[in-house]
Amino acid sequence: MNIVEKILARASGKKEINPGEIVEANIDVAMVHDITGPKTVQSFQMIGVERVWNNERIVVIMDHIVPSSSVTATELQKIMREFAYQQKIENFYDLGRGGICHQVMPEKGHVKPGDLIVGTDSHTCTYGALGAFASGIGATEMAAVFATGVLWFKVPEVIKLNITGRFQKLVAPKDLILHIIGQIRADGATYKGVEFSGSIMRNMSVDGRMTMCNMAVEMGAKTGIVEPDEKTLKYVKDRTSNPFKPVRSDTNANYETVLDFDITDMEPQVSCPHLVDNVKPISEVDEVEVNQAFIGSCTNGRLEDLRIAGKLLEGRTIKEGVRMLVIPASQDIYLQALQEGLFEIFVKAGAFVCNPTCGPCLGGHLGLLAPGEVCISSSNRNFIGRMGSPKAYVYLASPATVAVSALKGKITDPRTLEA
Amino acid sequence: MITGKVVKFGEDVNTDVILPGKYLVLTLNSQELAKHAMEGLDPNFSEKVRGGAILVAGKNFGCGSSREEAPTALKYAGVKCVLAESFARIFYRNAINIGLPVMECRGISKEVEEGNMLNVDLAIGEIKNQTKNITLQGTKLPDFILEILASDGLIEHLKKKMGLK
Repeated sequence: MNIVEKILARASGKKEINPGEIVEANIDVAMVHDITGPKTVQSFQMIGVERVWNNERIVVIMDHIVPSSSVTATELQKIMREFAYQQKIENFYDLGRGGICHQVMPEKGHVKPGDLIVGTDSHTCTYGALGAFASGIGATEMAAVFATGVLWFKVPEVIKLNITGRFQKLVAPKDLILHIIGQIRADGATYKGVEFSGSIMRNMSVDGRMTMCNMAVEMGAKTGIVEPDEKTLKYVKDRTSNPFKPVRSDTNANYETVLDFDITDMEPQVSCPHLVDNVKPISEVDEVEVNQAFIGSCTNGRLEDLRIAGKLLEGRTIKEGVRMLVIPASQDIYLQALQEGLFEIFVKAGAFVCNPTCGPCLGGHLGLLAPGEVCISSSNRNFIGRMGSPKAYVYLASPATVAVSALKGKITDPRTLEA
Repeated sequence: MITGKVVKFGEDVNTDVILPGKYLVLTLNSQELAKHAMEGLDPNFSEKVRGGAILVAGKNFGCGSSREEAPTALKYAGVKCVLAESFARIFYRNAINIGLPVMECRGISKEVEEGNMLNVDLAIGEIKNQTKNITLQGTKLPDFILEILASDGLIEHLKKKMGLK
Protein backbone atom coordinates (compact mmCIF):
# COMPACT_ATOMS: atom_id res chain seq x y z
CA MET A 1 0.00 0.00 0.00
CA ASN A 2 1.03 3.62 -0.45
CA ILE A 3 1.27 6.07 2.47
CA VAL A 4 -2.26 7.41 1.91
CA GLU A 5 -3.81 3.94 1.88
CA LYS A 6 -1.85 2.94 4.98
CA ILE A 7 -3.05 5.92 7.01
CA LEU A 8 -6.69 5.45 5.96
CA ALA A 9 -6.47 1.68 6.63
CA ARG A 10 -5.09 2.23 10.13
CA ALA A 11 -7.68 4.94 10.90
CA SER A 12 -10.56 2.73 9.76
CA GLY A 13 -9.31 -0.41 11.47
CA LYS A 14 -8.62 -2.34 8.27
CA LYS A 15 -5.62 -4.35 7.18
CA GLU A 16 -5.93 -3.72 3.48
CA ILE A 17 -7.83 -1.09 1.52
CA ASN A 18 -8.14 -0.18 -2.13
CA PRO A 19 -8.83 2.99 -4.12
CA GLY A 20 -12.55 3.60 -4.59
CA GLU A 21 -13.51 1.86 -1.34
CA ILE A 22 -15.53 3.98 1.10
CA VAL A 23 -14.34 3.76 4.69
CA GLU A 24 -15.46 5.24 8.00
CA ALA A 25 -12.30 6.50 9.68
CA ASN A 26 -11.50 7.76 13.17
CA ILE A 27 -10.25 11.33 13.15
CA ASP A 28 -7.02 12.04 15.08
CA VAL A 29 -7.19 15.83 15.05
CA ALA A 30 -9.91 18.29 13.94
CA MET A 31 -9.18 21.98 13.35
CA VAL A 32 -11.54 24.93 12.91
CA HIS A 33 -10.86 28.66 12.52
CA ASP A 34 -12.80 31.88 12.99
CA ILE A 35 -14.38 31.92 9.51
CA THR A 36 -15.70 28.36 9.29
CA GLY A 37 -15.92 27.76 13.05
CA PRO A 38 -19.11 29.72 13.86
CA LYS A 39 -21.07 27.73 11.26
CA THR A 40 -19.56 24.51 12.67
CA VAL A 41 -20.74 25.44 16.16
CA GLN A 42 -24.20 26.36 14.85
CA SER A 43 -24.49 23.00 13.06
CA PHE A 44 -23.12 21.15 16.11
CA GLN A 45 -25.81 22.73 18.26
CA MET A 46 -28.47 21.77 15.70
CA ILE A 47 -27.39 18.13 15.90
CA GLY A 48 -28.17 18.38 19.58
CA VAL A 49 -25.22 16.54 21.16
CA GLU A 50 -24.11 17.99 24.50
CA ARG A 51 -20.36 17.44 24.45
CA VAL A 52 -17.80 17.12 21.67
CA TRP A 53 -16.46 13.61 21.11
CA ASN A 54 -13.00 14.49 22.41
CA ASN A 55 -11.98 17.96 23.57
CA GLU A 56 -8.27 17.11 23.36
CA ARG A 57 -8.43 16.29 19.66
CA ILE A 58 -10.00 19.59 18.64
CA VAL A 59 -7.91 22.68 17.85
CA VAL A 60 -9.51 26.13 17.51
CA ILE A 61 -7.47 28.90 15.89
CA MET A 62 -8.40 32.54 15.33
CA ASP A 63 -6.56 33.67 12.22
CA HIS A 64 -8.63 34.85 9.30
CA ILE A 65 -9.91 38.17 10.58
CA VAL A 66 -7.69 39.06 13.55
CA PRO A 67 -7.82 41.50 15.14
CA SER A 68 -11.45 41.67 14.14
CA SER A 69 -12.23 44.36 11.57
CA SER A 70 -15.94 44.75 12.32
CA VAL A 71 -18.50 44.33 15.05
CA THR A 72 -20.19 41.47 13.22
CA ALA A 73 -16.88 39.62 12.84
CA THR A 74 -16.28 39.99 16.58
CA GLU A 75 -19.77 38.67 17.25
CA LEU A 76 -19.06 35.60 15.13
CA GLN A 77 -15.69 35.13 16.86
CA LYS A 78 -17.43 35.33 20.22
CA ILE A 79 -19.33 32.17 19.27
CA MET A 80 -15.94 30.43 18.97
CA ARG A 81 -14.54 31.83 22.19
CA GLU A 82 -17.60 30.71 24.15
CA PHE A 83 -17.62 27.32 22.50
CA ALA A 84 -13.95 26.70 23.32
CA TYR A 85 -14.64 27.65 26.92
CA GLN A 86 -17.82 25.59 27.31
CA GLN A 87 -16.35 22.50 25.67
CA LYS A 88 -13.07 22.84 27.60
CA ILE A 89 -10.98 22.97 24.42
CA GLU A 90 -7.49 23.71 25.67
CA ASN A 91 -5.95 23.89 22.21
CA PHE A 92 -7.48 27.29 21.62
CA TYR A 93 -5.23 29.87 19.96
CA ASP A 94 -6.72 33.34 20.16
CA LEU A 95 -5.01 36.35 18.62
CA GLY A 96 -1.58 36.94 20.06
CA ARG A 97 -1.28 33.23 20.94
CA GLY A 98 -0.95 31.49 17.62
CA GLY A 99 -1.20 32.78 14.08
CA ILE A 100 -2.29 31.27 10.78
CA CYS A 101 -3.82 27.84 11.41
CA HIS A 102 -1.69 25.95 8.88
CA GLN A 103 1.50 27.21 10.53
CA VAL A 104 0.27 26.89 14.12
CA MET A 105 -0.90 23.29 13.69
CA PRO A 106 2.53 21.87 12.78
CA GLU A 107 4.47 24.40 14.85
CA LYS A 108 2.62 23.61 18.09
CA GLY A 109 2.87 19.84 17.67
CA HIS A 110 -0.70 19.11 16.58
CA VAL A 111 0.44 17.34 13.40
CA LYS A 112 2.18 13.98 13.63
CA PRO A 113 3.29 11.57 10.91
CA GLY A 114 0.65 8.90 10.28
CA ASP A 115 -2.22 11.01 11.65
CA LEU A 116 -5.58 11.52 9.96
CA ILE A 117 -6.43 15.21 10.27
CA VAL A 118 -9.38 17.25 9.01
CA GLY A 119 -9.81 21.01 9.07
CA THR A 120 -12.53 23.35 7.89
CA ASP A 121 -10.15 24.98 5.48
CA SER A 122 -9.14 23.86 2.00
CA HIS A 123 -5.42 24.34 2.73
CA THR A 124 -5.52 21.76 5.53
CA CYS A 125 -3.57 19.55 3.12
CA THR A 126 -0.47 21.52 4.26
CA TYR A 127 0.07 18.97 7.06
CA GLY A 128 0.98 16.29 4.56
CA ALA A 129 4.43 17.90 4.72
CA LEU A 130 4.88 15.96 7.98
CA GLY A 131 3.57 12.66 6.61
CA ALA A 132 -0.02 13.04 7.85
CA PHE A 133 -3.15 12.54 5.73
CA ALA A 134 -4.87 15.90 6.03
CA SER A 135 -7.86 17.19 4.13
CA GLY A 136 -10.24 20.12 4.09
CA ILE A 137 -13.92 19.63 4.88
CA GLY A 138 -16.94 21.89 5.38
CA ALA A 139 -18.51 23.23 8.54
CA THR A 140 -21.50 20.88 8.77
CA GLU A 141 -19.27 17.90 8.15
CA MET A 142 -16.99 19.16 10.93
CA ALA A 143 -20.00 19.40 13.23
CA ALA A 144 -20.56 15.70 12.56
CA VAL A 145 -16.90 15.03 13.41
CA PHE A 146 -17.25 17.04 16.64
CA ALA A 147 -20.28 14.89 17.51
CA THR A 148 -18.99 11.47 16.47
CA GLY A 149 -15.23 11.57 15.83
CA VAL A 150 -15.64 9.68 12.56
CA LEU A 151 -15.97 10.63 8.92
CA TRP A 152 -16.40 8.77 5.64
CA PHE A 153 -13.66 8.87 3.02
CA LYS A 154 -13.44 7.44 -0.44
CA VAL A 155 -9.95 5.95 -0.65
CA PRO A 156 -8.29 8.07 -3.34
CA GLU A 157 -6.08 7.07 -6.23
CA VAL A 158 -2.62 8.52 -5.68
CA ILE A 159 -0.42 10.35 -8.17
CA LYS A 160 3.28 10.09 -7.32
CA LEU A 161 5.55 12.91 -8.40
CA ASN A 162 9.21 12.00 -8.63
CA ILE A 163 11.03 15.34 -8.54
CA THR A 164 14.74 15.46 -9.28
CA GLY A 165 17.45 17.88 -10.44
CA ARG A 166 18.45 20.97 -8.53
CA PHE A 167 17.03 24.41 -7.82
CA GLN A 168 18.61 27.35 -9.62
CA LYS A 169 19.57 30.28 -7.43
CA LEU A 170 16.52 32.20 -6.12
CA VAL A 171 14.16 29.53 -7.40
CA ALA A 172 12.05 28.16 -4.55
CA PRO A 173 9.56 25.43 -3.61
CA LYS A 174 6.79 27.93 -4.49
CA ASP A 175 8.05 28.08 -8.07
CA LEU A 176 8.09 24.29 -8.15
CA ILE A 177 4.54 23.84 -6.92
CA LEU A 178 3.27 26.53 -9.33
CA HIS A 179 5.08 24.74 -12.16
CA ILE A 180 3.51 21.42 -11.15
CA ILE A 181 0.00 22.96 -10.94
CA GLY A 182 0.53 24.48 -14.39
CA GLN A 183 1.29 21.02 -15.74
CA ILE A 184 -1.32 18.96 -13.86
CA ARG A 185 -3.94 21.76 -14.10
CA ALA A 186 -6.55 22.93 -11.60
CA ASP A 187 -8.60 19.74 -11.75
CA GLY A 188 -5.86 17.26 -12.67
CA ALA A 189 -5.73 15.71 -9.22
CA THR A 190 -9.40 16.08 -8.21
CA TYR A 191 -10.45 13.44 -5.63
CA LYS A 192 -6.85 12.13 -5.67
CA GLY A 193 -3.87 12.10 -3.36
CA VAL A 194 -0.55 13.58 -4.49
CA GLU A 195 2.67 12.15 -3.07
CA PHE A 196 5.68 14.42 -3.54
CA SER A 197 8.89 12.40 -3.70
CA GLY A 198 12.37 12.29 -5.23
CA SER A 199 15.70 13.85 -4.32
CA ILE A 200 14.37 17.42 -4.44
CA MET A 201 11.81 16.62 -1.75
CA ARG A 202 14.35 14.75 0.40
CA ASN A 203 16.65 17.79 0.33
CA MET A 204 13.86 20.29 0.91
CA SER A 205 13.28 21.95 4.29
CA VAL A 206 10.08 21.33 6.26
CA ASP A 207 9.04 24.94 5.46
CA GLY A 208 9.40 24.22 1.75
CA ARG A 209 7.48 20.95 2.00
CA MET A 210 4.63 22.83 3.68
CA THR A 211 4.49 25.30 0.77
CA MET A 212 4.29 22.37 -1.65
CA CYS A 213 1.62 20.38 0.19
CA ASN A 214 -0.34 23.57 0.95
CA MET A 215 -1.09 24.12 -2.73
CA ALA A 216 -1.98 20.49 -3.56
CA VAL A 217 -5.64 21.56 -3.32
CA GLU A 218 -5.08 24.02 -6.18
CA MET A 219 -4.90 20.99 -8.50
CA GLY A 220 -7.99 19.54 -6.84
CA ALA A 221 -6.15 17.06 -4.60
CA LYS A 222 -7.70 15.55 -1.50
CA THR A 223 -4.29 15.61 0.13
CA GLY A 224 -0.65 16.32 -0.64
CA ILE A 225 1.87 14.25 1.24
CA VAL A 226 5.61 13.74 1.71
CA GLU A 227 6.97 10.54 3.25
CA PRO A 228 8.39 11.28 6.69
CA ASP A 229 12.17 11.19 7.11
CA GLU A 230 14.76 12.24 9.70
CA LYS A 231 13.95 15.93 9.10
CA THR A 232 10.27 15.27 9.75
CA LEU A 233 10.93 13.30 12.92
CA LYS A 234 13.20 15.99 14.32
CA TYR A 235 10.66 18.72 13.55
CA VAL A 236 7.86 16.79 15.25
CA LYS A 237 9.84 15.55 18.27
CA ASP A 238 10.96 19.13 18.99
CA ARG A 239 7.29 20.07 19.31
CA THR A 240 5.41 17.22 20.94
CA SER A 241 6.06 14.37 23.33
CA ASN A 242 2.91 12.53 22.22
CA PRO A 243 3.63 9.15 20.62
CA PHE A 244 3.19 8.63 16.88
CA LYS A 245 3.77 5.98 14.26
CA PRO A 246 5.22 7.22 10.97
CA VAL A 247 4.25 5.26 7.85
CA ARG A 248 5.90 5.13 4.45
CA SER A 249 4.81 3.78 1.08
CA ASP A 250 5.75 0.18 0.27
CA THR A 251 8.28 -0.18 -2.53
CA ASN A 252 5.69 -2.07 -4.58
CA ALA A 253 2.83 0.33 -3.71
CA ASN A 254 0.15 1.10 -6.27
CA TYR A 255 -0.10 4.51 -7.90
CA GLU A 256 -2.53 5.77 -10.48
CA THR A 257 0.35 7.54 -12.25
CA VAL A 258 3.99 8.29 -11.59
CA LEU A 259 5.20 11.56 -13.11
CA ASP A 260 8.85 12.62 -13.36
CA PHE A 261 9.94 16.23 -13.03
CA ASP A 262 13.54 17.32 -13.57
CA ILE A 263 13.66 20.94 -12.44
CA THR A 264 17.27 21.82 -13.24
CA ASP A 265 16.26 24.30 -15.95
CA MET A 266 13.22 25.65 -14.14
CA GLU A 267 13.09 29.45 -13.81
CA PRO A 268 10.91 31.42 -11.37
CA GLN A 269 7.21 30.84 -12.10
CA VAL A 270 4.23 33.19 -12.03
CA SER A 271 0.57 32.25 -11.83
CA CYS A 272 -1.30 34.87 -13.88
CA PRO A 273 -4.90 36.09 -13.44
CA HIS A 274 -7.47 34.65 -12.86
CA LEU A 275 -6.77 30.96 -12.31
CA VAL A 276 -3.99 29.32 -10.30
CA ASP A 277 -3.10 26.93 -13.13
CA ASN A 278 -2.44 29.81 -15.53
CA VAL A 279 1.28 29.43 -14.81
CA LYS A 280 4.13 30.83 -16.92
CA PRO A 281 7.89 30.96 -16.55
CA ILE A 282 8.76 34.52 -15.56
CA SER A 283 10.57 35.16 -18.86
CA GLU A 284 7.20 34.82 -20.61
CA VAL A 285 5.38 37.23 -18.28
CA ASP A 286 5.11 40.91 -19.24
CA GLU A 287 6.68 43.46 -16.93
CA VAL A 288 3.31 44.35 -15.44
CA GLU A 289 3.32 47.33 -13.07
CA VAL A 290 2.20 46.44 -9.54
CA ASN A 291 0.29 48.51 -6.97
CA GLN A 292 0.64 46.07 -4.10
CA ALA A 293 3.12 43.35 -3.11
CA PHE A 294 2.25 40.82 -0.42
CA ILE A 295 4.48 38.36 1.40
CA GLY A 296 2.58 36.18 3.82
CA SER A 297 -0.25 33.59 4.05
CA CYS A 298 -0.28 29.88 4.92
CA THR A 299 1.66 29.28 1.70
CA ASN A 300 4.62 31.62 2.15
CA GLY A 301 4.67 33.48 5.46
CA ARG A 302 7.31 31.27 7.08
CA LEU A 303 10.72 32.17 8.41
CA GLU A 304 12.51 30.93 5.30
CA ASP A 305 10.28 33.19 3.20
CA LEU A 306 10.89 36.25 5.37
CA ARG A 307 14.62 35.59 5.38
CA ILE A 308 14.91 35.53 1.60
CA ALA A 309 12.79 38.66 1.34
CA GLY A 310 15.00 40.33 3.97
CA LYS A 311 18.12 39.40 2.06
CA LEU A 312 16.79 40.97 -1.12
CA LEU A 313 15.29 44.08 0.50
CA GLU A 314 18.22 44.89 2.80
CA GLY A 315 19.58 48.36 2.13
CA ARG A 316 17.09 48.92 -0.70
CA THR A 317 13.87 50.91 -1.02
CA ILE A 318 10.54 49.73 -2.38
CA LYS A 319 9.52 51.59 -5.51
CA GLU A 320 7.43 54.71 -4.97
CA GLY A 321 3.77 53.89 -5.55
CA VAL A 322 4.02 50.26 -4.42
CA ARG A 323 2.38 49.25 -1.15
CA MET A 324 4.18 46.29 0.36
CA LEU A 325 2.70 44.15 3.11
CA VAL A 326 4.72 41.58 5.08
CA ILE A 327 2.77 39.25 7.35
CA PRO A 328 4.58 36.56 9.37
CA ALA A 329 2.49 33.38 9.56
CA SER A 330 2.66 32.98 13.35
CA GLN A 331 3.61 34.63 16.62
CA ASP A 332 6.66 32.35 16.85
CA ILE A 333 7.82 33.40 13.39
CA TYR A 334 7.06 37.02 14.23
CA LEU A 335 9.29 36.85 17.29
CA GLN A 336 12.07 35.05 15.48
CA ALA A 337 11.98 37.54 12.57
CA LEU A 338 12.03 40.38 15.07
CA GLN A 339 15.06 38.94 16.85
CA GLU A 340 16.87 38.38 13.56
CA GLY A 341 16.43 42.03 12.63
CA LEU A 342 14.24 41.30 9.62
CA PHE A 343 11.56 43.82 10.60
CA GLU A 344 14.13 46.61 10.64
CA ILE A 345 15.04 45.73 7.05
CA PHE A 346 11.37 45.63 5.98
CA VAL A 347 10.47 48.89 7.70
CA LYS A 348 13.52 50.72 6.32
CA ALA A 349 12.67 49.45 2.84
CA GLY A 350 9.19 50.97 3.19
CA ALA A 351 7.18 47.80 3.80
CA PHE A 352 4.23 47.58 6.17
CA VAL A 353 4.63 44.75 8.69
CA CYS A 354 1.40 43.32 10.12
CA ASN A 355 0.39 40.92 12.86
CA PRO A 356 0.06 37.21 12.01
CA THR A 357 -3.24 36.79 10.14
CA CYS A 358 -4.58 35.51 6.82
CA GLY A 359 -5.27 39.15 6.00
CA PRO A 360 -5.43 40.17 2.36
CA CYS A 361 -5.06 36.61 0.96
CA LEU A 362 -8.82 35.99 1.10
CA GLY A 363 -9.88 39.60 0.71
CA GLY A 364 -11.11 39.68 4.28
CA HIS A 365 -9.25 42.72 5.60
CA LEU A 366 -5.89 44.53 5.38
CA GLY A 367 -5.13 45.83 1.94
CA LEU A 368 -8.06 45.00 -0.33
CA LEU A 369 -7.50 45.91 -3.98
CA ALA A 370 -9.36 48.58 -5.98
CA PRO A 371 -10.69 47.96 -9.51
CA GLY A 372 -7.88 47.85 -12.04
CA GLU A 373 -5.15 47.38 -9.41
CA VAL A 374 -2.46 44.72 -9.63
CA CYS A 375 -1.05 42.71 -6.73
CA ILE A 376 1.92 40.35 -6.80
CA SER A 377 1.40 37.93 -3.96
CA SER A 378 3.11 35.00 -2.28
CA SER A 379 -0.32 33.58 -1.37
CA ASN A 380 -2.25 30.78 -3.04
CA ARG A 381 -5.21 32.03 -5.09
CA ASN A 382 -5.70 34.61 -7.81
CA PHE A 383 -9.40 34.07 -8.51
CA ILE A 384 -11.63 36.96 -9.58
CA GLY A 385 -12.44 39.00 -6.48
CA ARG A 386 -10.16 36.97 -4.21
CA MET A 387 -8.18 39.91 -2.82
CA GLY A 388 -10.77 42.67 -3.14
CA SER A 389 -12.40 44.10 -6.28
CA PRO A 390 -13.57 41.59 -8.92
CA LYS A 391 -11.80 43.93 -11.36
CA ALA A 392 -8.37 43.64 -9.69
CA TYR A 393 -5.54 41.39 -10.94
CA VAL A 394 -3.56 39.00 -8.73
CA TYR A 395 -0.30 37.34 -9.79
CA LEU A 396 1.10 34.56 -7.59
CA ALA A 397 4.83 34.06 -7.16
CA SER A 398 7.59 33.19 -4.70
CA PRO A 399 8.61 35.54 -1.87
CA ALA A 400 11.81 36.38 -3.78
CA THR A 401 9.87 37.36 -6.91
CA VAL A 402 7.42 39.40 -4.81
CA ALA A 403 10.24 41.23 -3.00
CA VAL A 404 12.17 42.13 -6.16
CA SER A 405 8.99 43.10 -8.00
CA ALA A 406 8.21 45.48 -5.10
CA LEU A 407 11.65 47.07 -5.50
CA LYS A 408 11.26 47.49 -9.25
CA GLY A 409 7.56 48.40 -9.26
CA LYS A 410 6.80 45.76 -11.88
CA ILE A 411 6.88 41.96 -12.13
CA THR A 412 10.59 41.15 -12.20
CA ASP A 413 12.76 38.02 -12.27
CA PRO A 414 14.52 38.09 -8.86
CA ARG A 415 17.70 36.78 -10.47
CA THR A 416 18.14 40.11 -12.29
CA LEU A 417 18.71 42.02 -9.05
CA GLU A 418 22.28 43.28 -8.92
CA ALA A 419 24.27 41.83 -6.04
CA MET B 1 -37.68 14.08 -9.50
CA ILE B 2 -36.23 17.58 -9.83
CA THR B 3 -37.55 19.79 -12.62
CA GLY B 4 -36.28 23.20 -13.63
CA LYS B 5 -34.87 25.60 -16.19
CA VAL B 6 -31.14 25.66 -16.80
CA VAL B 7 -28.80 28.46 -15.80
CA LYS B 8 -25.43 27.68 -17.35
CA PHE B 9 -21.82 28.45 -16.45
CA GLY B 10 -18.39 27.51 -17.80
CA GLU B 11 -15.39 25.66 -16.38
CA ASP B 12 -13.48 26.10 -13.09
CA VAL B 13 -16.18 28.18 -11.37
CA ASN B 14 -14.55 28.81 -7.98
CA THR B 15 -15.88 29.50 -4.50
CA ASP B 16 -14.63 33.10 -4.55
CA VAL B 17 -17.06 33.92 -7.36
CA ILE B 18 -19.83 31.69 -5.98
CA LEU B 19 -19.60 33.64 -2.72
CA PRO B 20 -16.82 36.21 -2.13
CA GLY B 21 -14.85 35.92 1.14
CA LYS B 22 -15.86 39.38 2.29
CA TYR B 23 -19.42 38.20 3.00
CA LEU B 24 -18.30 35.37 5.27
CA VAL B 25 -17.72 37.72 8.19
CA LEU B 26 -21.06 39.45 7.86
CA THR B 27 -23.62 36.82 8.77
CA LEU B 28 -24.55 33.18 9.27
CA ASN B 29 -27.97 33.92 7.73
CA SER B 30 -28.38 31.82 4.58
CA GLN B 31 -30.96 34.16 2.97
CA GLU B 32 -28.58 37.10 3.33
CA LEU B 33 -25.70 35.12 1.82
CA ALA B 34 -27.93 34.06 -1.08
CA LYS B 35 -28.27 37.67 -2.25
CA HIS B 36 -24.58 37.67 -3.17
CA ALA B 37 -24.39 34.28 -4.90
CA MET B 38 -22.41 34.40 -8.16
CA GLU B 39 -22.33 38.20 -8.15
CA GLY B 40 -18.78 38.24 -9.55
CA LEU B 41 -19.85 36.33 -12.66
CA ASP B 42 -23.46 37.37 -13.16
CA PRO B 43 -24.98 40.28 -11.21
CA ASN B 44 -28.48 39.11 -12.27
CA PHE B 45 -27.98 35.58 -10.98
CA SER B 46 -30.32 35.70 -8.00
CA GLU B 47 -33.15 37.04 -10.19
CA LYS B 48 -32.56 34.28 -12.74
CA VAL B 49 -32.70 31.42 -10.24
CA ARG B 50 -35.38 32.77 -7.92
CA GLY B 51 -38.22 30.29 -7.66
CA GLY B 52 -36.03 27.36 -8.70
CA ALA B 53 -33.47 26.55 -11.38
CA ILE B 54 -30.98 23.87 -12.29
CA LEU B 55 -27.39 25.00 -12.53
CA VAL B 56 -25.28 23.37 -15.26
CA ALA B 57 -21.51 23.84 -15.47
CA GLY B 58 -18.28 22.54 -16.97
CA LYS B 59 -15.42 20.79 -15.21
CA ASN B 60 -14.12 21.49 -11.68
CA PHE B 61 -17.20 23.31 -10.39
CA GLY B 62 -16.69 24.76 -6.89
CA CYS B 63 -12.90 24.70 -6.81
CA GLY B 64 -11.15 26.70 -4.11
CA SER B 65 -12.11 27.26 -0.53
CA SER B 66 -13.87 24.93 1.92
CA ARG B 67 -16.54 27.54 2.63
CA GLU B 68 -19.86 25.76 3.00
CA GLU B 69 -21.51 29.12 2.42
CA ALA B 70 -20.87 28.63 -1.32
CA PRO B 71 -23.38 25.78 -1.84
CA THR B 72 -25.59 27.30 0.89
CA ALA B 73 -25.84 30.59 -1.02
CA LEU B 74 -26.75 28.73 -4.22
CA LYS B 75 -29.38 26.64 -2.47
CA TYR B 76 -31.06 29.58 -0.78
CA ALA B 77 -30.91 31.66 -3.97
CA GLY B 78 -33.15 29.01 -5.54
CA VAL B 79 -30.82 26.47 -7.15
CA LYS B 80 -32.47 23.04 -6.87
CA CYS B 81 -29.61 20.98 -8.21
CA VAL B 82 -26.12 21.40 -9.73
CA LEU B 83 -25.05 19.24 -12.67
CA ALA B 84 -21.45 19.53 -13.84
CA GLU B 85 -18.80 17.71 -15.87
CA SER B 86 -16.92 17.36 -12.57
CA PHE B 87 -16.81 18.95 -9.12
CA ALA B 88 -14.08 20.03 -6.74
CA ARG B 89 -14.28 17.58 -3.88
CA ILE B 90 -14.90 19.86 -0.87
CA PHE B 91 -17.70 21.69 -2.66
CA TYR B 92 -19.19 18.34 -3.64
CA ARG B 93 -19.22 17.06 -0.05
CA ASN B 94 -20.48 20.38 1.31
CA ALA B 95 -23.36 20.51 -1.15
CA ILE B 96 -24.53 17.05 -0.11
CA ASN B 97 -24.13 17.89 3.57
CA ILE B 98 -26.34 20.98 3.33
CA GLY B 99 -28.90 19.17 1.17
CA LEU B 100 -28.15 20.59 -2.28
CA PRO B 101 -28.22 17.74 -4.84
CA VAL B 102 -25.14 17.56 -7.09
CA MET B 103 -24.40 15.10 -9.83
CA GLU B 104 -21.56 14.58 -12.26
CA CYS B 105 -22.53 14.15 -15.87
CA ARG B 106 -19.91 13.88 -18.58
CA GLY B 107 -20.88 15.75 -21.73
CA ILE B 108 -23.61 17.82 -20.10
CA SER B 109 -22.14 21.19 -21.07
CA LYS B 110 -22.42 20.18 -24.75
CA GLU B 111 -25.92 18.74 -24.59
CA VAL B 112 -27.63 21.37 -22.47
CA GLU B 113 -28.20 25.07 -23.21
CA GLU B 114 -29.22 27.99 -21.02
CA GLY B 115 -32.99 27.96 -20.57
CA ASN B 116 -33.50 24.26 -21.44
CA MET B 117 -36.00 22.42 -19.25
CA LEU B 118 -34.59 19.39 -17.41
CA ASN B 119 -35.97 16.51 -15.35
CA VAL B 120 -33.38 15.01 -13.02
CA ASP B 121 -33.89 11.62 -11.39
CA LEU B 122 -31.16 11.32 -8.77
CA ALA B 123 -32.16 7.78 -7.76
CA ILE B 124 -31.10 6.40 -11.14
CA GLY B 125 -28.75 9.21 -12.20
CA GLU B 126 -30.82 10.13 -15.25
CA ILE B 127 -31.23 13.58 -16.78
CA LYS B 128 -33.96 14.24 -19.36
CA ASN B 129 -33.61 17.36 -21.47
CA GLN B 130 -37.25 18.08 -22.35
CA THR B 131 -36.37 20.94 -24.67
CA LYS B 132 -34.08 18.85 -26.87
CA ASN B 133 -35.82 15.54 -26.14
CA ILE B 134 -32.64 13.70 -25.18
CA THR B 135 -31.64 11.67 -22.13
CA LEU B 136 -28.25 11.85 -20.43
CA GLN B 137 -26.74 9.50 -17.87
CA GLY B 138 -24.98 11.04 -14.87
CA THR B 139 -22.87 9.29 -12.24
CA LYS B 140 -25.44 7.86 -9.84
CA LEU B 141 -24.83 8.83 -6.22
CA PRO B 142 -24.18 6.03 -3.72
CA ASP B 143 -27.22 5.06 -1.62
CA PHE B 144 -25.87 6.51 1.64
CA ILE B 145 -25.46 9.89 -0.05
CA LEU B 146 -29.00 9.71 -1.45
CA GLU B 147 -30.13 9.07 2.14
CA ILE B 148 -28.35 12.23 3.34
CA LEU B 149 -30.03 14.23 0.55
CA ALA B 150 -33.41 12.68 1.39
CA SER B 151 -32.96 14.06 4.93
CA ASP B 152 -32.17 17.51 3.43
CA GLY B 153 -28.58 17.27 4.65
CA LEU B 154 -26.22 15.75 7.17
CA ILE B 155 -27.64 17.34 10.34
CA GLU B 156 -31.10 15.78 10.02
CA HIS B 157 -29.57 12.55 8.73
CA LEU B 158 -27.28 12.31 11.75
CA LYS B 159 -30.09 13.16 14.16
CA LYS B 160 -32.10 10.25 12.78
CA LYS B 161 -29.10 7.95 12.88
CA MET B 162 -28.16 8.88 16.45
CA GLY B 163 -31.77 8.79 17.65
CA LEU B 164 -31.79 12.49 18.57
CA LYS B 165 -34.86 14.70 18.28
